[in-house]
Amino acid sequence: MRKKVIFRGVTLPYLLLAPQLLITLVFFFWPAGMAVWQSTLREDAFGLSTEFVAFENFTDLFRDPIYLNAAWNTVVFSSAVTALALGSALFLAVQADKHIRGARVYKTLLIWPYAVAPALAAVLWLFIFHPSIGLVGKALAVIGVEWDFRLNGGQAMTMVIIAAAWKQVSYNFIFFLAGLQSIPTSVLEAAAIDGARPIRRFWTVIFPLLSPTAFFLLVVNLVYAFFDTFGVIHALTRGGPGNATETLIYKVYVDGVQNLNFGSSAAQSVILMVIVIGLTAVQFRFIERRVHY
Amino acid sequence: MASLDIQGVTKSFGTTKVLHGIDLAIHDGEMVVIVGASGCGKSTLLRIVAGLETATSGAVLIDKVDVTPLEPADRDIAMVFQTYALYPHMSVFDNMAYGLKIRRLPKAEIAARVKEAADLLSIGQLLERKPRQLSGGQRQRVAMGRAIVRHPKLFLFDEPLSNLDAKLRVQMRAEIRRLQKRLRVTSLFVTHDQVEAMTLGDRLVVMHEGRAAQIGTPMEVWARPADTYVASFIGSPAMNFLPATLTEGGHAARLAGGALWRFTDGARPGREGAAITIGIRPEHLMPDAAEGLPVTLELAEPLGSETVLHAHLADGTPITARVPGAAAADTLSLAPDLAALHVFDAATGKRIDPA
Repeated sequence: MRKKVIFRGVTLPYLLLAPQLLITLVFFFWPAGMAVWQSTLREDAFGLSTEFVAFENFTDLFRDPIYLNAAWNTVVFSSAVTALALGSALFLAVQADKHIRGARVYKTLLIWPYAVAPALAAVLWLFIFHPSIGLVGKALAVIGVEWDFRLNGGQAMTMVIIAAAWKQVSYNFIFFLAGLQSIPTSVLEAAAIDGARPIRRFWTVIFPLLSPTAFFLLVVNLVYAFFDTFGVIHALTRGGPGNATETLIYKVYVDGVQNLNFGSSAAQSVILMVIVIGLTAVQFRFIERRVHY
Repeated sequence: MASLDIQGVTKSFGTTKVLHGIDLAIHDGEMVVIVGASGCGKSTLLRIVAGLETATSGAVLIDKVDVTPLEPADRDIAMVFQTYALYPHMSVFDNMAYGLKIRRLPKAEIAARVKEAADLLSIGQLLERKPRQLSGGQRQRVAMGRAIVRHPKLFLFDEPLSNLDAKLRVQMRAEIRRLQKRLRVTSLFVTHDQVEAMTLGDRLVVMHEGRAAQIGTPMEVWARPADTYVASFIGSPAMNFLPATLTEGGHAARLAGGALWRFTDGARPGREGAAITIGIRPEHLMPDAAEGLPVTLELAEPLGSETVLHAHLADGTPITARVPGAAAADTLSLAPDLAALHVFDAATGKRIDPA
C-alpha cells in the first residue's frame, strides 16, 4: 500500500508541482511548439522575410534524395547499433552471471564505458581506427586492407556503429545481468535434470524469461541510436565522407545550425518527434501487457 | 526402476566439511527418507545424487553403474523442488512435456504420457494454464507430474511439502506415498519433518552434522534409537532424558533424584556408578501416586483424547508426559513403563543395549 498524503486545498500541491511543470514547459513544450510552428514557415536566405508555407517543408523533404539517404542511413545505423549493443551485452551478461573468479572486477569494468562522455568515446575510437596512427587502422593496413574511414563511406559507417554500440553495451549489460540474476536457480536446475544442455537451457528457459527485459532494452536502444548518437558522429565523421554517415538527427543539425535553413530543420525535428512519440507509445503498451509471461 | 548406492560420499565447502562419508544402499522400488535438522547436509547429499553438486570424494551408483562423473541430464532422474521450480513462461502441458521433447519422443507419445500423469494427479483440466494461475497445491502436483512423465530411474524429493499449508501437506503426503507405491519408483525424499519421515519412508536416514546417525525402518528408529540425537529427533513430543548412574551390576539405574529404576530386559555392560542417560518417551510415563517421581506441573496441553503435561522434577530437570484423558492436579507423580526405558552412555550419547 502506498501512503496517501491528503492536502487541504489545492494551493500547496500546485506550488510543489510548479518547478517541475515550469521546467517541462520552458524546456520541452515551448521549444516543441516553436518547432512545429517553424516547420510551417520559410525564410529567405538573408532572414529578412518569412512566409507561411503550410506543409511544403515536409513535402520537399520527402522528395529530397539527401534526406531519404539520411533516413536510410538512420535505419542501417540504428538497427546495427541496437543489434550489436544488445547482442554483445547479452553475451557478456551471461558470462558474468557464471561463477567466475574476479567477477566483481569484471562487472565494474564493463559498466565504465557508460560514464565516458560521447566526445571522449569518439576520440578513443578515432585513435584506435585512425589509418596512420590507430592500432586497428595500422593492423588492417599490414594485412592488406585498404582502411581509411575518411574516404570510404562503408568503413566510416562501420566505425560509428561500433563506437555508438560500445557506449550502450554497459547500460544493456546491467539490465541483462539483473534479469539473469532474477531467474531462480532451481528453475535452471530443473531444466538441467530434465535433460537440457546449457545452450538449449539458454534458448528455451533463460531467453524467454529475459524477453521483457530484452524488449524494454530494444526500445531504449532504438531511441538511443536515433537521438543520442549526435556526439559520436559529430566527433568521428561529421556525417561524412560525403553524406555516408549522416543520420536524421545529424541532418537536423547540419540544416539548422550550419545551413541556417530553419524551416526544413524544424520540419525534420517534428518528424523525429513523431517517431519518438510512436516508440514510447509502443513501449508503454507492451510494458503493461508484458512479453511472454 | 533401479537401485541407488551411495558409497563413502564426502563433501567439503572450502575447509568446512559438510558430509563425513555417507554410505547408503537403496533397493529397487524402495522409498528412503533423509531426515535431519537444517544444516545437517541432507540437501547437499540429495544434490550430489542429482549431480547438481560434485562430491569431494566417494561415488554414486544408479543401477550399479557409476554416475559420479555424469551431468544431471545423463543420470535419468527426476527431482521435485521445494519451490516447485516450474518454468513460469510455459503452460502446465509444456512444463510436463519439456523433458520428453528434449528426448525427442514422438508427439503422440508425449501427449499420451502427459495425459496419463495429469489424470493420475487430477490436474487434467489445468493443462493450458500458466504456473502463476495455479494454487500452491496445484503447482506441487504439476511438479510431481513433470517428474512422473519422464519414467525416470529415480525420484528425488527436496522438501517438496514445506511450502504448503498444514492441511494440504498431510493430504499431499499421503498422495505421494500412494503414487510411489503404485509406480514402484526408487525414491529419495529429504525433509526436516519427522512426521513426514515416519509416514513416508520404507527406511529412514537420520542425519546429524554430516553423518548418518542411524539408518533403519521408521519403527526401528523409533523403538531403538542409536543415540540421544536420534532419540530426541524422532517422536513427538521429544523423548525425556534423565541423568543417572548404572548400579546393581548393570541391572538398574539410580536417577539423580535418588529413585531406582530396574531394567526389565537384562543387565547393561559397564562399571558400577558409570554415568548414563535414561531416555523415556512421554507416552511411557503414567501418573502413579504410589511409585512415581514427584513432579511439579507447569503446563497442561489438552488435545482431547489425551493431555500433554510439561513439568519438572525436584532438581529442575524438565519432563514431559502424554497421559490419556484430561489434566490432573498441580503436583503429581509420574512412573515409567520400565520395559520402555532407553539407556545411553552419558559421555558419548550412544545407545547401550543389554549385554
